[in-house]
Amino acid sequence: MKHPIYFDYAATTPVDPRVARKMSDCLVAEGNFGNPASRSHKFGWEAEEAVEIARRQVADLVNCDPREIVWTSGATESDNLAIKGVARFYKNRGNHIITSKIEHKAVLDTCRQMEREGFEVTWLDPGQDGLITPERVRDAIRDDTILVSIMHVNNEIGVVNDIAAIGEVTRAHKVFFHVDAAQSAGKIDIDLGEMNVDLMSFSAHKIYGPKGMGALFVSRKPRVRLEAQIHGGGHERGMRSGTLATHQIVGMGEAFRIAKEEMHAEGRRIMALRKRLWDGLKDMEEVYVSGHLNHRIPGIINMSFNYVEGESLIMSLPELAVSSGSACTSASLEPSYVLRALGMNDELAHSSLRFSIGRFTTEEDIDQAIRQVRVAVEKLRELSPLWDMYKDGVDMDKIEWAVH
Amino acid sequence: MAYSKKVLDHYENPRNVGKMDAGSDDVGTGMVGAPACGDVMRLQIKVGEDGVIEDARFKTYGCGSAIASSSLLTEWVKGRSLEDAGNIRNTEIAEELALPPVKIHCSVLAEDAIKAAIEDYRNKHKTEMAAG
Repeated sequence: MKHPIYFDYAATTPVDPRVARKMSDCLVAEGNFGNPASRSHKFGWEAEEAVEIARRQVADLVNCDPREIVWTSGATESDNLAIKGVARFYKNRGNHIITSKIEHKAVLDTCRQMEREGFEVTWLDPGQDGLITPERVRDAIRDDTILVSIMHVNNEIGVVNDIAAIGEVTRAHKVFFHVDAAQSAGKIDIDLGEMNVDLMSFSAHKIYGPKGMGALFVSRKPRVRLEAQIHGGGHERGMRSGTLATHQIVGMGEAFRIAKEEMHAEGRRIMALRKRLWDGLKDMEEVYVSGHLNHRIPGIINMSFNYVEGESLIMSLPELAVSSGSACTSASLEPSYVLRALGMNDELAHSSLRFSIGRFTTEEDIDQAIRQVRVAVEKLRELSPLWDMYKDGVDMDKIEWAVH
Repeated sequence: MAYSKKVLDHYENPRNVGKMDAGSDDVGTGMVGAPACGDVMRLQIKVGEDGVIEDARFKTYGCGSAIASSSLLTEWVKGRSLEDAGNIRNTEIAEELALPPVKIHCSVLAEDAIKAAIEDYRNKHKTEMAAG
């Protein structure tokens, strides 16, 4: 079977061929396979050098000191290490944490764990545009607040929070600030030299690096201390033990290097593709884009096709690899928690599709998508009793549905 | 998720899609589910004077399994008496379409839909039945 066209770059990306080559140089006997922690021979020294080059490449993209980068297995582990590490280390200072309702599950679930450990968590509502404002954060800060965790870019709708402005609030209140940047690094500018951010999570596989690889920025000035979550040989200055995976680290470094060089040109190209996609669909009836229209990254657009259910829409689009905000397969039948937190009604949330566009998307891909989506939505609306009612002018909010 | 061949067949070629005049005396309409839950089915039956279902039509907002369940049901009820059609169980639909456990609710909804359509038809004819 021919593969569908890939529109799920926010879920993961293919490894860039340049990255794959660098990685494969660090595997076999003739390559750079040594243990970077081996201090007694050349194999170890060479591996360590490769790891430190990669550390600088990651640091360069976000303008921080390489010594502030801690290698992890991915953004999920980085989020865990940041939140658990800070909360447990500073628990004598306070037990209040602030986050938002539309964070990635890696943050939400970690914060829930902190609740079970006796911390209090404030879950901020985003605005209808999906943004968390500095004012909302400021109003939630208390004397016993120790940590604020807010994502830079939302993975479902692509909106960009004003991290610099939130950082001013947290710094003024001497509260640590953690940012999940899994979806923003390599897509938009991040200047940790300018932003008051204490901890930032990164992922390699969202920007054409390997899966199973990430990093956590841990600020040295002001100094942030963490309780380690994985104990062992004391790697990464004791913050994260475990033999460093040279090939993975080198891959992440190369991916971040390429991003620094190409992200502005690539961003402009992807922005044009996103515009082309929306221009090709926006004249349809009852189609909506989720989230703020301007504060967003180029690559993600989440659209709702009212009166059409998302899962069946995806089923009608076998040649497009997209994701849906509907979760009809889950026992709860609840649609995306992100779209609901925006105040979107359940019907519309059930009707959503997320397109994420990336390095290898072409104009032809976009044109195919437009054609296929139009046909599928039309077909499903013909099948939809809700579409009938909409066309007949029935007010569906006034019907007493038997919620099951 | 992988769908069974029968689900895909009904999904790609849904049978008896359409709308009947809900106000007509010989039509029974059942609408079940809720948009907030991600599925709404409207099933309509046209009943002959002998109490046999002559025709059926549906429209469904929902996942592929919900669409297939209602499409299959319209095929099954045609030619059956009201009583017979009212005895169709969701388990038969689920079995025929090989629905996985997370999709059983779609077959339940289909069973609810035919029951609701029959009830609607009977309500319209209550007075005649009492008189007759």
